Amino acid sequence: MQHEGNMHQTGVEITADLTIPKLFYQKATKYGNDRVAMREKEFGIWRPITWQDYLENVKYLALGLISLGLVEGDKVSMIGDNRPEGLWAEMATLCARGIGVWLFRDCLIDEVKYIIDHSDTKFLFGEGQEEVDKAISIINECPKLEKIIWDDPKGMRNYEEDYLISLKELQQLGRELDEEKPELFEEMVNKGSGEEVALLFYTSGTTALPKGALLSHHNMLTMGQHLMAVDPCKASDDYVSYLPFAWIGEQMMSISCGLQIGYTINFPEEPETAQENIREIGPHVMFAPPRMYEQMTRTVQVKYLDSTWIKRKLYEFSTYVGYKVANLKFDKKPVTWYWRALEWLASITIQKKLKDHLGLSRVRNAYTGGAAMGPDHFRFFHALGVNLKQIYGQTEVAGISVVHRSGDIKFDTVGHPIPGTEVKIGEGGEILTRSPSVFLGYYKNPEATEKTLIDGWLYSGDKGFIDDDGHLVVFDRTKDVFTLKDGKPFAPQYLETRLKFSPYIRDSWVIGDNKDYISAVLCIDYAVVGKWADEKKLNYTSYQELSQMPEIYDLVEKQIRQANKDLPDLAKVVKFTNLYKELDADDDELTRTRKLRRAFVEKRYDDIVNALYSDNDSVHIDTTIKYEDGREAHIKTDLQIRKVAD
Amino acid sequence: MAGSNALNPGDVLLELTDVHMSFGKVVALAGVNLKIRKGEIHSVIGPNGAGKTVMMNCINGLYHPQQGTISYKGQKINHLKPYQRAKLGLSRTFQKVEVFGGMTVLDNIRLGRHIHFKSGIASGSVWAGKTAKEEIEHRAFIEEEIIDLLEIESIRHKPVGMLPYGLQKRVELGRALALEPELLILDEPLAGLNLEEVEDMARFILDVNEEERWKVTCLLVEHDMGVVMDLSHQVFVLNFGYTIIDGTPEEVQNNPEVIKAYLGEEDLYATRR
Repeated sequence: MQHEGNMHQTGVEITADLTIPKLFYQKATKYGNDRVAMREKEFGIWRPITWQDYLENVKYLALGLISLGLVEGDKVSMIGDNRPEGLWAEMATLCARGIGVWLFRDCLIDEVKYIIDHSDTKFLFGEGQEEVDKAISIINECPKLEKIIWDDPKGMRNYEEDYLISLKELQQLGRELDEEKPELFEEMVNKGSGEEVALLFYTSGTTALPKGALLSHHNMLTMGQHLMAVDPCKASDDYVSYLPFAWIGEQMMSISCGLQIGYTINFPEEPETAQENIREIGPHVMFAPPRMYEQMTRTVQVKYLDSTWIKRKLYEFSTYVGYKVANLKFDKKPVTWYWRALEWLASITIQKKLKDHLGLSRVRNAYTGGAAMGPDHFRFFHALGVNLKQIYGQTEVAGISVVHRSGDIKFDTVGHPIPGTEVKIGEGGEILTRSPSVFLGYYKNPEATEKTLIDGWLYSGDKGFIDDDGHLVVFDRTKDVFTLKDGKPFAPQYLETRLKFSPYIRDSWVIGDNKDYISAVLCIDYAVVGKWADEKKLNYTSYQELSQMPEIYDLVEKQIRQANKDLPDLAKVVKFTNLYKELDADDDELTRTRKLRRAFVEKRYDDIVNALYSDNDSVHIDTTIKYEDGREAHIKTDLQIRKVAD
Repeated sequence: MAGSNALNPGDVLLELTDVHMSFGKVVALAGVNLKIRKGEIHSVIGPNGAGKTVMMNCINGLYHPQQGTISYKGQKINHLKPYQRAKLGLSRTFQKVEVFGGMTVLDNIRLGRHIHFKSGIASGSVWAGKTAKEEIEHRAFIEEEIIDLLEIESIRHKPVGMLPYGLQKRVELGRALALEPELLILDEPLAGLNLEEVEDMARFILDVNEEERWKVTCLLVEHDMGVVMDLSHQVFVLNFGYTIIDGTPEEVQNNPEVIKAYLGEEDLYATRR
């Protein structure tokens, strides 16, 4: 299936010559000081950065990199929070004809080392002391790494290593070079073509070491154009950038779309203030992985439980109406005047306020992608009147390939391919994609490239099918699909997302491939369950203790029964246990984008898996956990195993 | 608040000479001598009931010693009230946090800034002219120097009473810093904090002491020996009103009397870590 659309909605014609720096230079010189390119909240105030400021900062950084010795094709890595300096560094790298690499801020030292070493990084932009410390500890093992650039001076007063340089000093070097060769920057920017590599992006990888996907300028730019052909953005729009730049979705919004349409990118003050800052900005477009929406749902559910009787009743009324209308729309049935009137009432009493609190009051299009989202969460947002759409994509296609269209949304599908994109189902139900945004290959990994990229088609490793309406349905990762006792295939993530709709359950892991029944390992939400326990006057001192209380098991069992409802018997959770800790990316249990690494957890917790398929009612755990700074703690506990009552 | 007679690092900032303080027959301080030099972190350690908090209360003016002198920058301050000492640049935090629970974080910190307000009642009552200008300047100071330093952006509008204890301690430090003190008295800033909070707080103390912007002399009362020995330039050991030693962390750790006073704590360097 293929869709054509308006290719020039953004007013930018993507020729074979166009590169990201060329487009950046065009836009920045066109808008100058008249338009705000980005905003950052600092010291409690939103501070605007015009396109002119953006250009100047990027220019001197790029020239600074040249004076440090950057040559064409050198890799420059970036690590840190979302902040203007991060985007400047990336843009400067591209302008200086280098290749950008982003790392997740919370990467452990080993992961940083692997990526810096594998990518042959020459320069590293770290934000502050924490990132610099990580870099210093690996610099001896990464011989190609020459300089570390930092921008936040906090705590940096006692660092005197030669290979450290501040962002300001680097820009000063750039200024000096600019005085010497005033034409240099423009010359550099005007070089090159769209086919050249722009970014080297490491995929999170649920199974093996991360692989570095090479993305060209053309990949990135066509991605933005095709997405905006479906859902046009406006230059006056606001977008909040708070998800890691190391995630392709954030690149798609900040670079691919942001640069073409020129909307304002807003950076929150601190990661902890993101939700509050989103509310202050009220973005028009939003793209986040399901966990963000799950968090919002949880917030609403918990606040609902906390509020007064009258508020609860009003909320119940508005959700009743909201769900009813959303279901009519899903079914493409007409909404009668009667329901329209009730919807209006629900909107002015509850929905509007709620959306405002969640920062969704101005959102035209909200996207979720990067992992599966449960239908319950999905319906929740539509019942609120938020135009939430599923997308399907991956790093290898520079972002997304399939998205819902407004008015044609089905909560169990991901929609139609975006323009310029062909999607078909290959052997064994594998989803294949072909488009101008399909990546160039994996860096230093021809075997993986050969397996993934065949005749221009991208082999995703995801299992899916196309339904009667032409929507793509993503079942699960092919290797994750279970075979139930009756031989039928079953997607564990479907059940996992259903379980996570409960505010009390933060993470879930479903087991049952080729087993007699399905069981689940659950992680309670410490804050929500803790509050519930406080209200019930239950005493506990730690997550571990709380998770093992019989009352909590009762509570969780109730949530499972809710999730089991309407499922065929074989797909129901029969046994479960509460894990003594939360699943954590630092322990390799989740990827940095919080996807479950199934094979790893199965190996790590094989005692628990075995116990769930035995007659035991508890399992003894004796293990050591490691903290981010290398400290270790010993854990000895018994996990109860409970059978879900019918 | 820099005084008129600015001192150089190493000059004596605060001096206690033969300070006696007793409550009835209970002798809390029996002739304490202490010199705090500008720029240092000077710690006071000692067993519970040794008289550490009494000593702090004498310095900041909550108690008035019966005998001996306390001088600040060479000037005797025995007779001064706490707020007068605060004006000289003396600020403190308390062992058990003393914040205004019903007020927001920002308001608590603003309170520490009150001393720097110069505009009068007239302009204050209509919030115009000088007052408005001043308030904006002070808010900028609080945002740029304190909230940023202590990383409390996400709670600035929250009532302090709703916050966990660790954050309340941080807010109290913020309020003490709002005064822009030259000497900061920290009475057990780490008590009741978890490991992560201890590390954060230790870093803040170092920042305040070392950052060019602050360069605040710190008088630290603390039980966490690991932190005391790591942070301090000088350690003063008090034992039921008497001074055992006032020396560098190494000298203190090797002093037999100190080891005796801490009988049972074989390794003085023991810490929660």
